[in-house]
Amino acid sequence: MRIQEHPILHFKPGKKVSFIFEGKKMEGYLDEPIAAALVAAGIKVLSYSRKLKRPRGFFCAIGNCSSCLMKVNGIPNVRTCITRLEEGMIIERQC
Amino acid sequence: MKEYDIIVVGGGPAGLAAATTAAKCNANILLVDDGLQLGGQLIKQTHKFFGSTEQFAGIRGIDIAHNFIDEISHLSNIEILTQSTATGFFEDGVLTILEGYNGNRLSKVKPRRLIIATGASENMLSFINNDLPGVYGAGAVQTLMNVYGVIPGRAVLMVGAGNIGLIVSYQLLQAGIEVKAIVEALPCIGGYWVHASKIRRLGIPIYTRCTLKEVKGKEEVESVTICNIDDKFNFIPGSERELSVDTICLAVGLSPLAELLWQAGCEMAYIPELCGYVAKRDENMKTSLDHIYIAGDVAGIEEASSAMVEGQIAGLNAAASLGLYHEKYRELNLAFHRQLLQLRHNEVSESITRGIKKATL
Ligand SMILES: Cc1cc2nc3c(=O)[nH]c(=O)nc-3n(C[C@H](O)[C@H](O)[C@H](O)COP(=O)(O)OP(=O)(O)OC[C@H]3O[C@@H](n4cnc5c(N)ncnc54)[C@H](O)[C@@H]3O)c2cc1C
Ligand code: FES
Repeated sequence: MRIQEHPILHFKPGKKVSFIFEGKKMEGYLDEPIAAALVAAGIKVLSYSRKLKRPRGFFCAIGNCSSCLMKVNGIPNVRTCITRLEEGMIIERQC
Repeated sequence: MKEYDIIVVGGGPAGLAAATTAAKCNANILLVDDGLQLGGQLIKQTHKFFGSTEQFAGIRGIDIAHNFIDEISHLSNIEILTQSTATGFFEDGVLTILEGYNGNRLSKVKPRRLIIATGASENMLSFINNDLPGVYGAGAVQTLMNVYGVIPGRAVLMVGAGNIGLIVSYQLLQAGIEVKAIVEALPCIGGYWVHASKIRRLGIPIYTRCTLKEVKGKEEVESVTICNIDDKFNFIPGSERELSVDTICLAVGLSPLAELLWQAGCEMAYIPELCGYVAKRDENMKTSLDHIYIAGDVAGIEEASSAMVEGQIAGLNAAASLGLYHEKYRELNLAFHRQLLQLRHNEVSESITRGIKKATL
């Protein structure tokens, strides 16, 4: 979900791009953080913890907490809150 | 290996002020920040600042950031590296930086002076299921909605009625998101009354001596149980209430982000008034190590105005220690110190002043 109207801010999103999340095609905006595009698309669970397989979501947004680590284009442990979205990215949950 | 007169780590208000000031002393500078854009906390602040300085009160944080970024782009002796994390500073004077796609590129640089302005990290709270998706730090909620226009959730419980909790609640309402309630463990509201009354007028309840006990949900937050607490912060049985929310926003304070300073071997001290461990420093922001300076929230949680002035002091003096004296060094240094005193000359700042006294070498 995205903010449609705001009393102070005017959002000027980048170009629309598509990406693949867990095999499904989705859309977001170029250069926004991957994790923001996922939240906007209604995806809250970004990964599962290694041992207990507990769901993990967006938490700090500044690359500090590791809660948003995902596999991006085959590379694991990408901090998706501070990595920009690009056309055609393949994004997967890691566990 | 590339060498610089000064490397500034952190591009929030403190780091930006340090870099621009040092640049005006003709130092060559590298500014490193791990965010997607410069500005630190400022880029998410859409409210008019409560800053006490004549310069910044009444301006939105986001505009202060843009002015800075504009100024910096005109200074040819500052190199900027964003999306890059400084990870360590070693005995041989080398600073390591992780760059590139998920930090898979390690680079090494050598500063003659280092200014650490890494800001703060948000505090966590212990409660059942505090790791479920939908539990956010207040900063993350702000980033999502104010920087990227993304709605974090539909119905929010705000935890903490300090300035950050109150301001972010108001910003949530501006974005059209429902705030069910604000809970505050202390007996009174910590933030300014102007903010609290704005929230109250909009019909959002603020419960004091109340906290959250448990979050429920399978894959994500579905509801929350809040509960009153007594003087000793114990839950009062029977006072539980359940609220249907999909988002918990934690605004329970910040701690200085001081890992680099620990690792570099600066003398550290736990100072409650400054919200955690900070590096001890002299009045010109120099730590116990001659080549490392600090500024901003990493030196003690305060506010953007004082972070900027500390940055100016650190930048001016780090440059001076290399023989790069600003033509008006003495006047400027005096003026900056006077400004800090002025900023801290109020009731709220009394404990900060006490903390700084303890942290001074
Ligand atoms: C909701 C809210 C409202 C506020 N309202 C006001 C107000 O009205 N008035 C006011 O004066 N203040 C206000 N503040 C406080 C103010 O924003 C902060 O005090 C100020 O931003 C601190 O500046 P800083 O430069 O020290 O840190 P920050 O702004 O946190 O910047 C630190 C930067 O360093 C980067 N960084 C950290 N570690 C590394 C590393 N290892 N490598 C590279 N980069 C790194 C971070 O990504 C960040 O960009 C508010 C804060 C919040 C959260
Ligand atoms: S959300 Fe904390 S590291 Fe990305």
